[in-house]
Amino acid sequence: MINTASSKEKIIKWVLVSFALSSLLFLFLIFLFIFVEGVPLFHKIGIKNIIFGFKWAPTKGFFGIFPMIVSSFLVTFGALVVGAPLGLSCAIYLSEYSGKRMKMFLKPALELLAGIPSVVYGFLGVIYIVPIVREYLGGPGFSLLSASIVLGIMILPTIISISFDALMSVPKTYREGSYAIGATKWQTIFRIVIPSASSGILASFILGMGRAIGETMAVIMIAGNALKIPTSILDPLRTLTGNIALELAYATGDHRLGLFSTGVVLLIIIMTLNYIANFVIKRKVIK
Amino acid sequence: MIINPRITDKLARIILNAQAFFTVGILVVIVVIIFFKGAPHINLEFILAAPEDMGRHGGIFFTIIGTILLVLLSILLATPLGVGTAIFLTEYTKETRFTKIIRFGVESLAGIPSILYGLFGFIFFVIKLRMGWSLLAGVLTMAIMILPTIIRTSEEAIKAVPRNLRIVSYSLSATKWETVTKVVLPSAAPGILTGIMLSIGRAVGETAAIIFTMGSSLRLPLSLMDSGRTMAVHFYILAREGISMEKAYATALILVLSILCINILAYYIMNRVIAKYS
Repeated sequence: MINTASSKEKIIKWVLVSFALSSLLFLFLIFLFIFVEGVPLFHKIGIKNIIFGFKWAPTKGFFGIFPMIVSSFLVTFGALVVGAPLGLSCAIYLSEYSGKRMKMFLKPALELLAGIPSVVYGFLGVIYIVPIVREYLGGPGFSLLSASIVLGIMILPTIISISFDALMSVPKTYREGSYAIGATKWQTIFRIVIPSASSGILASFILGMGRAIGETMAVIMIAGNALKIPTSILDPLRTLTGNIALELAYATGDHRLGLFSTGVVLLIIIMTLNYIANFVIKRKVIK
Repeated sequence: MIINPRITDKLARIILNAQAFFTVGILVVIVVIIFFKGAPHINLEFILAAPEDMGRHGGIFFTIIGTILLVLLSILLATPLGVGTAIFLTEYTKETRFTKIIRFGVESLAGIPSILYGLFGFIFFVIKLRMGWSLLAGVLTMAIMILPTIIRTSEEAIKAVPRNLRIVSYSLSATKWETVTKVVLPSAAPGILTGIMLSIGRAVGETAAIIFTMGSSLRLPLSLMDSGRTMAVHFYILAREGISMEKAYATALILVLSILCINILAYYIMNRVIAKYS
């Protein structure tokens, strides 16, 4: 009797271990299949010709994705220029200025908006932002600027919620000490609170970057998807994610492999960003 | 030149408040636009009728069913796996190198963007396992994608169950599994439910991973091997190909409303849990 009970426990434990291992298995499969499909082309065409190649014409044997790598980083940087100051200000307002009731209402409201699907952001960008850019600033409207604005708005919830947590975790005594020596509220925020929360704020920016660089549907709707490095913020551009999403449905042969090579580069960039973000957050915990 | 700190303080307050309200304003405007542009085109027929002429006329019934099937099935797959993983990490082991590796795996899965899930699901399920563009391929891809959310929220929920409850259960000579199923899981259930609701919200709005695995054929998926179209994919195609702006706005409104309702329910459950334990 006791024996069967303990052997049942053992079976349960092993079932749970196998469940836990499934996450690792999935991660392994994702890497395996994207790399197995994507790496051969690096051998065939050459790493240099793909990563630093300027021409993407997969049916003619050109697989250069350098403009897309640059574009992905430009859009991500643009999103950060738009989203970081707004998001951080919002987080500071929520943690330092707003009353308790306002906080109770605003924080969940902002987090709910993180749930709006990216296609909806993309659609509204096409209807409202693209024409404004085209009318008042020139160019086709489908541009680095439009994409940066929309992505900047999309990463706001990420930046606000993580920065807010970082600001709230600064001990109250720090602020009281600062007020006690006659500092104003702004001096306290700028000299004491923000520096103390800096690693959490930095992490929120990096995670926002991760979201922006991986964003796909909104970007292909707004960015114009042109195959060159943009020379101004009004030029259209194509990102790594956009390249995959635009061509995967009909690509065959080497063309399809080229899209997986794009995926390999994207995967490496994303994993590096996540690793940096984790490192920044851990450093804060140790400190 | 030193500016009077009182003036800087006031300026900072004004600028910060303005930026905060601007930010909230943008997000309010988004919801308001969708609501007012979409609401006039929504009626019972739009929800219950089959789409006609690529979605130019008729309703979105097939895509609603497609969305519900995709979401339900992927949740059914991911929940036992995710909750099981969370139980293992919290109840059955101490912090070792093994758990660290598993946590690393979960974190990494959470950080992979949806287009790469689409790329993986396409090559693995659609091509290599010969499922074709099908509900099944979409469900499997989506289940992997929402797994990290379910694991993390379940882990938090299980950790929040007071230690005393477990000690009492063991003192009544309950086994570990009895303690987990009869004591820990019932107390952690609302927290786990929150994670499931958030995952549903994510699955409903997902496009990039689904369009390359489940496909986008505009019909009722009657078996697991049928292709189908979710609301999010339908909206994307309506908007991108300029098929019908009215139908696009109406679909967007249904999409956004259902996600907001699901998420509000999730936060409501979460707040009740927080209130209970603090």
